[in-house]
Amino acid sequence: MYPPKFDYHRAGSVEEALAMRKEHDGKFLAGGHSLIPVMKLRLADPGCLVDISRIDNLKGICPDGDTVKIGALTTHAMVASSGEVPEALPEAAKMIGDPMVRNRGTVGGNVAHADPASDLPTVLTALGASMQITGEDGSRSVGADDFFTDLFETVLGEDELLTGVTVPAKTAGTGTAYAKLPNPASRYAIVGAAASISVADGKCTAASVAIGGLLPATTRANAVEAALVGQEMTDANIKAAAAAIADSLGDDVMGDIHASADYRKAMAPVMIARAVKTAVGRA
Amino acid sequence: MKVSITVNGKAYTKDVEPRTLLTDFVREHIGLTGTNIGCDTSQCGACTVHMDGMAVKACTVLAVQADGSDVTTIEGLASGGELHPMQNAFWNEHGLQCGYCTPGMIMSSVKLVENNPDITEDEIRHGLEGNICRCTGYQNIIRSIQAGAAAMGGGD
Repeated sequence: MYPPKFDYHRAGSVEEALAMRKEHDGKFLAGGHSLIPVMKLRLADPGCLVDISRIDNLKGICPDGDTVKIGALTTHAMVASSGEVPEALPEAAKMIGDPMVRNRGTVGGNVAHADPASDLPTVLTALGASMQITGEDGSRSVGADDFFTDLFETVLGEDELLTGVTVPAKTAGTGTAYAKLPNPASRYAIVGAAASISVADGKCTAASVAIGGLLPATTRANAVEAALVGQEMTDANIKAAAAAIADSLGDDVMGDIHASADYRKAMAPVMIARAVKTAVGRA
Repeated sequence: MKVSITVNGKAYTKDVEPRTLLTDFVREHIGLTGTNIGCDTSQCGACTVHMDGMAVKACTVLAVQADGSDVTTIEGLASGGELHPMQNAFWNEHGLQCGYCTPGMIMSSVKLVENNPDITEDEIRHGLEGNICRCTGYQNIIRSIQAGAAAMGGGD
């Protein structure tokens, strides 16, 4: 099964990649583990690919004070084995695909592809990550909250390249976790929930919760967060707070042959409660 | 486009279309048909090869992405006329039925064991999540990998 024909250019730097993309009206290729499959299925037919996978300064995980920068070309395998990023990230990265997919698939490619059933967008949203974007006119930083806009849609412009993702460093008193109900065959999320919970004296002092897999784009669970803060982190309180997701899912919940919208709605509070409970245990 | 890829220790330079997949490069361009194409959608793992020391699904790697890389296929595992310990283990423990998934199973399991010499049964089962056997012969595959791991110097 061949992908459609395309011209291929290999960039050695971010600047070169941006220039090549513009000149040839191309699309960026990183690990290719989202793009090549969709090209084989003829869901994408870019006439030109600009391979950014050899831009070495986009690879790796760099702690920098109270943040950690993850280069766009960092593979899921590298994230899965990292002790430097909040626990939810390696936890989610280990659930992506399989060992071979994790050896090739990249954080940047995953995030830019914005598959609604993907894991990292949900985790990055809960962590309050920011996306580092470079274009012809300079660089900008966009919070994960604003980055994912719709089904396979982000704020990235055609002439922009996602160069990395910045997440907060692990902090004492704050725990993070990701819980997923996977499709048993593909391992994509039917429902995925991520939580970052700060706890002092048994009570939640700050909460950031995100849900994905059942909506066109991952989203913050504001009602759940509000219901968590100030509460003692008992199982009953966590369960009650997670139930608040029901009113904030709106009419956009997706159903398909793998799981109906109603089933996904029913599983959303279950996954949220699991993520919150695990995060509290790590705080 | 010209690509130079070292496969099983031998350097090959070929002129390929950019859309040529690594599976097709090894099967069609250099005639090594041990790497199988199963689902062709990066799920079944029949096409697993080693690229620069890592297990990858060759159906989802372009030959142009592998340009300059060092690739090992199932044909490159044996050395000096001796099967790799993992190949021997699959033979001795009957780790295959139809055999179609076997090259990928062996390439995956060699890396699983190299990266984790004292691998447990549970870790083997999880580690094989990217390799599908349609004969449902997993039990003997697990047994083979345990034997292979022991023969490679680790294991239970």
